Amino acid sequence: MARRVSNQRKFVVTLIAWAIGLTIFFPILWTILTSFKTEAEAIASPPSFLLFDWTLENYSEVNERSDYFLHFMNSVIISLGSTLLGLAIAIPAAWSMAFVPGKRTKDILMWMLSTKMLPPVGVLIPIYLLFRDFGLLDTRLGLVIVLTLINLPIIVWMLFTYFKEIPGEILEAARMDGATLWNEVVHVLTPMAVPGIASTLLLNVILAWNEAFWTLNLTAAKAAPLTAFIASYSSPEGLFYAKLSAASTLAIAPILILGWFSQKQLVRGLTFGAVK
Amino acid sequence: MTLFSRALLGATALTLVASPALAEKLTIATVNNGDMIRMQKLADDFTAKNPDIELEWLTMEENVLRQRVTTDIATKGGQFDVMTIGTYEVPIWGKQGWLVSLNDLPAEYDVDDILPAIRGGLTIDGELYAAPFYGESSMVMYRKDLMEKAGLEMPDAPTWEFIGKAARAMTDKDNEVYGVCLRGKAGWGENMAFLTATANSFGARWFDENWAPQFDSEAWKNALTFYLDLMEDAGPPGASSNGFNENLSLFQTGKCGMWIDATVAASFVTNPADSTVADQVGFALAPDNGLGKRGNWLWAWSLAIPAGTQKEEAAKKFIDWATSKEYLELVAEKEGWANVPPGTRTSLYENPEYQKVPFAKMTLDSINSADPTNPTVDPVPYVGVQFVAIPEFQGIATAVGQAFAAALAGNVTADEALANAQAITERTMKKSGYIK
Repeated sequence: MARRVSNQRKFVVTLIAWAIGLTIFFPILWTILTSFKTEAEAIASPPSFLLFDWTLENYSEVNERSDYFLHFMNSVIISLGSTLLGLAIAIPAAWSMAFVPGKRTKDILMWMLSTKMLPPVGVLIPIYLLFRDFGLLDTRLGLVIVLTLINLPIIVWMLFTYFKEIPGEILEAARMDGATLWNEVVHVLTPMAVPGIASTLLLNVILAWNEAFWTLNLTAAKAAPLTAFIASYSSPEGLFYAKLSAASTLAIAPILILGWFSQKQLVRGLTFGAVK
Repeated sequence: MTLFSRALLGATALTLVASPALAEKLTIATVNNGDMIRMQKLADDFTAKNPDIELEWLTMEENVLRQRVTTDIATKGGQFDVMTIGTYEVPIWGKQGWLVSLNDLPAEYDVDDILPAIRGGLTIDGELYAAPFYGESSMVMYRKDLMEKAGLEMPDAPTWEFIGKAARAMTDKDNEVYGVCLRGKAGWGENMAFLTATANSFGARWFDENWAPQFDSEAWKNALTFYLDLMEDAGPPGASSNGFNENLSLFQTGKCGMWIDATVAASFVTNPADSTVADQVGFALAPDNGLGKRGNWLWAWSLAIPAGTQKEEAAKKFIDWATSKEYLELVAEKEGWANVPPGTRTSLYENPEYQKVPFAKMTLDSINSADPTNPTVDPVPYVGVQFVAIPEFQGIATAVGQAFAAALAGNVTADEALANAQAITERTMKKSGYIK
């Protein structure tokens, strides 16, 4: 029987949830507001919240100085490309580990996760030399490869968790009906795991979109995504907060919109397996 | 028309269409600051004069730029044809043979017009390895109204004693006015730039002639103690997080009586569009202690060509344009004399129009009073005023900067910070083979 929750309790919980939500969202809101201020207003003390002279000057300057569309397209191609390539590799890997686990499956999973514990800067020079020798510096292909490798452990782990929830008997039944391995994975497993794959895809698109070490270090002018676009507005000498905020708002807008429309899948993806 | 003629016509048309794509493309890595962005905006002038050269820009924040270009040049990545680098990198990279010599720039470039102090920092064994785009030193920027209220008058060349007295007299913590704003944020180019230059004027040095670290000297103790006491009495709260931009914000919003920092800040604090105290700002040389050295630094953002680029000729043409006298005139014509990149050419400071800019003379005097080849009271084996031009310096100075920032935050005492600095520096210098 469901527990009855009093209205007072509901109100308090809702209030706390809103407070936490607003606290988390506040830096983004402040960035958006600052993008409409002048540089002088951006540093004014005490700061003004809404009562300031709103201006589009920063957006105009950012638009004049940088090719937003080029950076945007680079971000789209790199994040989608690396996620799709990662999924293509991770689905068979997760299938084998979930349904035909070996003695060392758990160790392999832990080993894959352990690669995420290495600070990226530790392998910057070897990767840079490899990229130089293969002509991959400042190319989208190079970034797709490196971001695939970086996010692969997370993709495999997420898919493994989803696949473990699917009863192996269903796949056995498919096999009994004469399904080949390909048909089993593509026509039986994948459709059942669509919500899990969608969550993995969304989360990894976001991770790749926000990746700001390799995208800054392996690109120059051609393949630089929006992370490089934002970084170009930070300045050691001179006021830049308003312009940086405008660049940041433009860079996060697409991913915010994507996140808004796919929040159901995202929440499901992040909480999957948490409540059983 | 015969088939041959048609084919010939088609080929000609294709060649014409394709010709812009044959233009040589220069990739320029630069730092995001006002002067560089202005150069990017005015680059149409260069491409109009050189239609066979296209420019591609990569603008980055200083630390990102440094990491990016260092990785690229050290691995011969070949991503950039022109790099913006600082006075710290030029001697190290020049010695390594990583940069193309600029000694063959045309006579009209007038290399002798470059300010001697700046040129000296970019020249190794007679070879000029980078052309200065703008140069800077550091100086005192102060509020004339607050100084007057305190009943004091700022001399052109103040002593540290005067600065301490004035800072304490100008401080009004109840109204959030602090006598002095100084860098406290940890970093070799942040608090250590200021503290190294300050220490020079107290008679301190990083190393003796045999590369032995000197943080256990009385001079370093005096310099650090003076700084910590002054910031305790007259500095803003949370100063250990303040770098250039944080102090700029404080000064522009009227919260600092004095600010000792880069001369390039002068154009920001006197700009009425951004600064609430624009009409009240005065300038003075960085302070001294009567030992013959002032606490000011010397820096130049310069353009250099990485060795191995396939586009050396085009890159030289660009550098010639961007650091020429004509470029300074172009900026003056489009944006006014106050926005001309400062600190590179003698002729600029002889120009009567530029002499009218309020901070011009003090900037030149500050630059001229710094000597990167002879930066300290006692002799040293290194080049550099606010840095030591050895590859190990970035790492050591960042760690030392963290120790000093901890002292400023009150987490450790001055003695503990200095002992820590001495240990850090000794360890690295031993590992690197400078000392045994």
